[in-house]
Amino acid sequence: MANTYHDTLRNIALVCLADAIVGASFGAITVSGGLRPWVPITMSVLVFAGGAQFAAAGVVLAGGSPAAAVVAGLVLNARLLPYGFAVADVVEGKWWTRLLGAHVIVDESVAFTLREHGRQRRRATFWACGLALFLCWNAAVVLGALAGAVMRNTGAFGLDAVFPAVLLALVLPSLADRGTRNAALLGAVIAVAATPFLPAGLPVLLALAGLVLAGRPARTVADTRPVPEEVR
Amino acid sequence: MALLAIAALAAGTYAFRLAGPVFRHRLHISGRVQWLLSVAAAVLLTALVATAALTQGHGFAGWARPIGVLVGGALAMRRVPFPLVIVAAAATTAALRLSGLP
Repeated sequence: MANTYHDTLRNIALVCLADAIVGASFGAITVSGGLRPWVPITMSVLVFAGGAQFAAAGVVLAGGSPAAAVVAGLVLNARLLPYGFAVADVVEGKWWTRLLGAHVIVDESVAFTLREHGRQRRRATFWACGLALFLCWNAAVVLGALAGAVMRNTGAFGLDAVFPAVLLALVLPSLADRGTRNAALLGAVIAVAATPFLPAGLPVLLALAGLVLAGRPARTVADTRPVPEEVR
Repeated sequence: MALLAIAALAAGTYAFRLAGPVFRHRLHISGRVQWLLSVAAAVLLTALVATAALTQGHGFAGWARPIGVLVGGALAMRRVPFPLVIVAAAATTAALRLSGLP
């Protein structure tokens, strides 16, 4: 993709804006759902992974156990492991740059970095996206949490549709692969069917049974192949 | 949600993140495992979409939310910019509720 660094920065800004909306709705939903404001704020700073935050908070708000919430969040975040290997070269440097850089490894920063070529560009893109997202995300969660404290009904604003819509937009490209799609659809059916009967958090984990339909990799995956950017 | 649970989730998440930068010269993730992790992530995300869109507690969430999510998904497939996708989903759900659909 022959784009200029300027294009990259513009796209990063767009993603920051989108994530800010998501972060604000995370803060508003969790606080108006009954959690104290420090909970979503602390979680956002320390965990800094939208999907896992929504999943974990969702389990707790639905009455599930903290342990189930942690497991659901960690399973979702396991994808960060290959991400870390994919961008390890741009995080390299002093020990504290590694520690800081590791914390801003998220779907978006990895996806943008993998699109760039050349060490300098990759580094600049990773840090620009990672740091900008960290600031936008957490500022938005704080604002959302403050708004949630005075907002009686986030449902009237349709905020409860924001999280599933974002996830759907993120996951759609990876469903183009047939094995992945079959596994994902079976998993979704299992999760929804199990929801009335199981404690919150478990149905989503049960969805992993859908992996039996995943088959094998559609094409030979080279060991050095970076994480597919569609799974953001 | 207790501080302990947040700390556990944060610590585990950070360990996943740090493993690559620290072990990249010593540890090797095979293509097969990478592929499985990416499919597992897609399966979990899809299940989250389905349960978050359709259910509330142990029951049905009502129609307004899943319809809003579908509108967002349809726009995303047409490569509409991300911020618009989100606003359209929320606005659809809000408008449906305003018109009386739960």
